[in-house]
Amino acid sequence: MSQPNGHGGLAGDLPERMFEAGTEWLRGEGRAADVIVSSRVRLARNLAGLPFVHKASETDLRHVLDVCRGAADRARLGDRAVWVDLLEANELDRSLLLERHLISTHLAKGKLGAKRPEGPWPRAVAFGLPGERAGLMVNEEDHLRLQVLRSGLAVREAWDEATAIDDRLEAALDFAYSPRLGYLTACPTNVGTGVRFSVMLHLPGLRMTGEIEKVKRAAADMSLAVRGFYGEGSEASGDFYQLSNQTTLGKSERTLLDELEVRIIPEVLEYERQSRQSLMQKRRWQVEDTIHRAYGLLRHARLLGTEESMKLLSVVRLGHSLGVVGEVESAVLHRLMLLIQPAHLQRLVGHTLTQDERRRARADVVRQHLAAK
Amino acid sequence: MKCDLCNNEATVHELVVSAGVPAERHLCEACARDQGLVAGAPAPVAELLQKIATASAVAATAAPARTPTCPGCGTTFADFKQSGRLGCPSCYEAFEQQLGPILDRAHQGATHHVGKVPRRLLQEAPDAGDVRASAAAMAAAEARAEEIRRVRADLDRAVKSEAYERAAQLRDRLRQLQRGAEQPEGPR
Repeated sequence: MSQPNGHGGLAGDLPERMFEAGTEWLRGEGRAADVIVSSRVRLARNLAGLPFVHKASETDLRHVLDVCRGAADRARLGDRAVWVDLLEANELDRSLLLERHLISTHLAKGKLGAKRPEGPWPRAVAFGLPGERAGLMVNEEDHLRLQVLRSGLAVREAWDEATAIDDRLEAALDFAYSPRLGYLTACPTNVGTGVRFSVMLHLPGLRMTGEIEKVKRAAADMSLAVRGFYGEGSEASGDFYQLSNQTTLGKSERTLLDELEVRIIPEVLEYERQSRQSLMQKRRWQVEDTIHRAYGLLRHARLLGTEESMKLLSVVRLGHSLGVVGEVESAVLHRLMLLIQPAHLQRLVGHTLTQDERRRARADVVRQHLAAK
Repeated sequence: MKCDLCNNEATVHELVVSAGVPAERHLCEACARDQGLVAGAPAPVAELLQKIATASAVAATAAPARTPTCPGCGTTFADFKQSGRLGCPSCYEAFEQQLGPILDRAHQGATHHVGKVPRRLLQEAPDAGDVRASAAAMAAAEARAEEIRRVRADLDRAVKSEAYERAAQLRDRLRQLQRGAEQPEGPR
């Protein structure tokens, strides 16, 4: 790990120009990348003998940060790792981490609402470089939330790495665990394995054929959660959906993983691919028109909102996988999905922007990236 | 019937009687949501938990009325119902009884953990047999959890199709399975 600084050895600042670097989950490569953006494993863990975060005193939370920082240093989150104290980090940096899926909304905002009315509390994130493939949120809803991400369909690979990191963390930390209920979590919906496997899918075909609601209903029947681009509570942005397990008790990690990766995802994948084929057979001109219009807008618009850009990029991503807009590179489209987000945009420009200024800057960035060669 | 505000089919109907004068509104779901008549997004976890907790608390009103308190952190069950979060690991023991129906709903009837065990526990336990879950015992526990889920689904279907005799049989089977799960013959 880089720059030993006398405090667990983790570097303590955001890497310079981090906003320009790519991130594993938006690499746009891997198995079934035409439909599957990324795979993610999240583990919830708490330290034994301490109150859960919303009930803990500031002293307790500082203690959690201290011991977790030491453990994170030895957990090998990547070739090197970074530790960011979120109580000290400024708002823009916190938003940047949120947009990169390294922290959750409430860790970024430092608000737990009525659950912790005192306001911001000591909390941090550690993540591995390069690629930000593994991250550790400290003092989120649980003391530790470990996440491992992979591009494309690779839940098993992500799990193998997550459990290995968990073993290394556990060598330094004593986790709250009960033989009957497993890993004990602040919310009883996570107790047991404390694991959430999720896959982010791009389902424009099913949306266009109007069959997306069927998938949502089927997922609910199989007690899977369907979430948007930014996880819990977020809307589906640009036809990106996350499917994940909700049950954590009574099923082993291996069973949960197989249910998602072997049984459910291949079906949804097939369903989406069939929808795309059927669209191209039955409504080819309409589909091609939609794709070229989206591409045209992105290449020529002078003002763009975040949501609008996501929708257009989503359509062009579909166009890319159907070979309709062959010249555009998948890597560029995925990179843009990050760059158009407000904090990334402001970092890129180098100063804060009002919402109107952002719309202009966003359109500029998109045009530059998609300019005809 | 068409929505009062757009051309969609009206699915939400409101009747307001003000000063003895009835006024009707017929809206589609989207317009009704805009007008604040129906909840938009699905209930977040805390809200859902609160509903389940309230329902189970109502069901348990015959029990002593004093709300239990966790000796570890002072959280009361009422606190939990409000926030949806427990206060500390000991809360699981302190509220074991009250949490039963909540875990049951959240995890489709499962009552026991199956899966990873912290290595430290495996290595350091004075009598490793206490915690070491053999592969066979784990598989048995998982199979039972799976059967509970299956029987429940069958039971739901039987009730929906009004096959009451079959439903009664399934209910008995479910009780039997759940009793079994309370006294696992597997890892002790």
